[in-house]
Amino acid sequence: MTLFQLEFMQRALIAGLLTGLSAPAIGTYLVQRRLSLMGDGIGHIAITGVALGLLTGSAPVLTAIIVAIAGATAIELVRARGKASGDVALALLFYGGIAGGVLLIGLAGQGAATLNTYLFGSLTTVSPTDLYVVVGLAVAVLVVAVGLGPQLFAVCQDEEFARVTGLRVQLLNLVIAVMAAVTVTVAMRTVGLLLVSALMVVPVATAQQLTRSFRSTFVVACGIGVVACLAGIVTSYNADVAPGATIVVLALAGFVVAATVGTLIRRRQGRVAPLADEEPEIGVPEPVPHVVSAGHPHAHNPKCGHAAVEHGDHVDYVHDGHLHAAHGDHWDEH
Amino acid sequence: MTSPDTAAKAVQVADLSVDLGGRLVLRGVGLQIRQGEVVAVLGTNGSGKSTLIRTVVGLLPAARGEVRLFGTPVPRFRQWHRVGYVPQRLTAAGGVPATVHEVVSSGLLSERRLFAPLRASQKQAIDEALEIVDMAHRRKDAVAELSGGQQQRVLIARALVSDPELLILDEPTAGVDLASQQIFADAIRARVARGTTVVMVSHDLGPMDALIDRSIVLRRGRIVYDGPPHASQTHAHVHHSHGGEEPGWLS
Repeated sequence: MTLFQLEFMQRALIAGLLTGLSAPAIGTYLVQRRLSLMGDGIGHIAITGVALGLLTGSAPVLTAIIVAIAGATAIELVRARGKASGDVALALLFYGGIAGGVLLIGLAGQGAATLNTYLFGSLTTVSPTDLYVVVGLAVAVLVVAVGLGPQLFAVCQDEEFARVTGLRVQLLNLVIAVMAAVTVTVAMRTVGLLLVSALMVVPVATAQQLTRSFRSTFVVACGIGVVACLAGIVTSYNADVAPGATIVVLALAGFVVAATVGTLIRRRQGRVAPLADEEPEIGVPEPVPHVVSAGHPHAHNPKCGHAAVEHGDHVDYVHDGHLHAAHGDHWDEH
Repeated sequence: MTSPDTAAKAVQVADLSVDLGGRLVLRGVGLQIRQGEVVAVLGTNGSGKSTLIRTVVGLLPAARGEVRLFGTPVPRFRQWHRVGYVPQRLTAAGGVPATVHEVVSSGLLSERRLFAPLRASQKQAIDEALEIVDMAHRRKDAVAELSGGQQQRVLIARALVSDPELLILDEPTAGVDLASQQIFADAIRARVARGTTVVMVSHDLGPMDALIDRSIVLRRGRIVYDGPPHASQTHAHVHHSHGGEEPGWLS
C-alpha cells in the first residue's frame, strides 16, 4: 500500500498515534475535574502563540507551547483564587487568545490558509523536526499521566481530601494545566487547535458509557483516541479533507454508537437484576389507615348495577358518587 | 486517667479566630485534645463547628491563633498519614466514574511514593477497610451508583485505610440511614479500642452517642461548654432536662 510508504504520511500517522494517546489521557483528568472546556481555552490561547511564531520567524510549535503553558497557568491561578469572576476571566483569556492570534497573523502578512493548517490540522505540514518535538512532548505527557495517576486522580476526585492527605494540590493542579497545554501543542498538527479539545473530551465521554472505573475509562479512552486519529488520518488522505474534522467526526460517531450500546446494556442489566433491597426500612411511616365504608350492607359484584372502575390491582364500584372497593369482609372508601 | 498536662496532645487549638469572607466565624477558641480521647463537637447550624474542624485539618487558614497537630503547627505539619479525614460528603463526584476500590485507595497517598504502584500490604489494607464498613462486595461498583449512606461508608473506609492515629469526621451521620450509622459506630468503636483519637462534628450523634467521652458545644463561634457528654446534647433538638440537676444546653 502506497499510503504508508509516503514519508509525510508516516510522520502524520506517528503524530496521530501519539496525539490519540495523550489527548484522552489528560482529557480524563480534565473531565473528572469538570473542566472539559479547558482544552478548548488553551487551544484558543495557543493560536496567539502560533501567530507569534509566524510573526517572529521562529518555530510556531515552540512559541505555541510557551504561550499555551503561560495561558494554562493563568487559567489555573484564576481558578485557584476562586473568585466569582473566574468564569468570566477564562472567557476573557479565550477571546484574547483568538483575537490576538488573528491580529498577529495579519501583521505577519500570512493569509488565512496558513492559519487554517494550525486551526484544523494538516497532514503535509508535519516536518521531521516537528515530529521529534511532538514525540518528546507526547511521551512526557503520557509518563506523567500514568505515573502520577493515583495522585492526579485524588486531586481531581476530591481536592479537599487530597490536601488533607498532604498532597501538594496546587502543584499537581499546575501539572495538569501544563500537561493540557503541552497536549494542545502536540495535537495542533493533526487535529488542529480549534478541535483539539474534542479529542480530549469525546473519547472520555465515549469510554464512560461502557466503564465503571477510572482506570478502565482512562485506558478505553486512549484506545478510542488512537483508533479515531489513525482512521481519521487515513480517511483524510483518501478523501482530501482536513484531518482534524475527520478525526472529530469519527470520534463523535463512536460516541453515538457507545451511548446507544451502553443504554441497551444498562437496560438489559436493569431488567435481569432488579435493585437489591439492601437498606432495611427504618422509620418509614405506616400506610395511612384506610377508611371503611360504615355499615355498608350491599355486596358489589360485576352484575349489581353499580359502574365498575379498574383501580390498579382491583376494581372499585361507583356508589352514590364515591368509590367502594372490596377489602376482606368489608368495603373501603377509595 | 493521666493528667491533662503530661498526656500527649493530638490537637491543640490556641486562641483561634477564623475569618470567612470578612465574617469572624470562630472567635478565640481554645482547645486541647489528648491522644485517645473521643470528642464530639456539637452546636447548631452556623455555630462554627465545621469551620473549627476544617481549620484543624488545614483546609482553612487561621486569622489569629494557632492549631497544632501532634505538637506541630498545621502549616508546617507533614505527617498527614497520622490523620484520617472524613468530609461531610463526597464533595466532587467527578465527571468520570470511579470505583469504590479506587476511591478508598486514594486514602493511602500520604504514604505512597510518586511513580510507585500499590504494595501488597496496601492492597490488603484497602480490603480490610472495605470489610470494616461492609462494602467489600461493592468494591468494583462506581461510587456514583451507591446510596448516600453507602458513599459515606466509602469515605470512612478511605480515612481508615491508612490506619490513622487521629480520625476527624465532619457530620458523618448527616443524611445517613440507621444501618450505615450503626456500621460507622462499630468501625469507630474498634478504632477507639486501639487508642485512636476521634474528633467528630455532629448534629445528631445517633448510635455514636455511647462512644463519646467528652463533648464541646459551640455557639456563635465560641466554646460554651466543654466537658463530659450530656444525654440532652445528643440530639439535634436539645431540650431542658425535666427537673434534673443538670441544666439544659442550647435550649
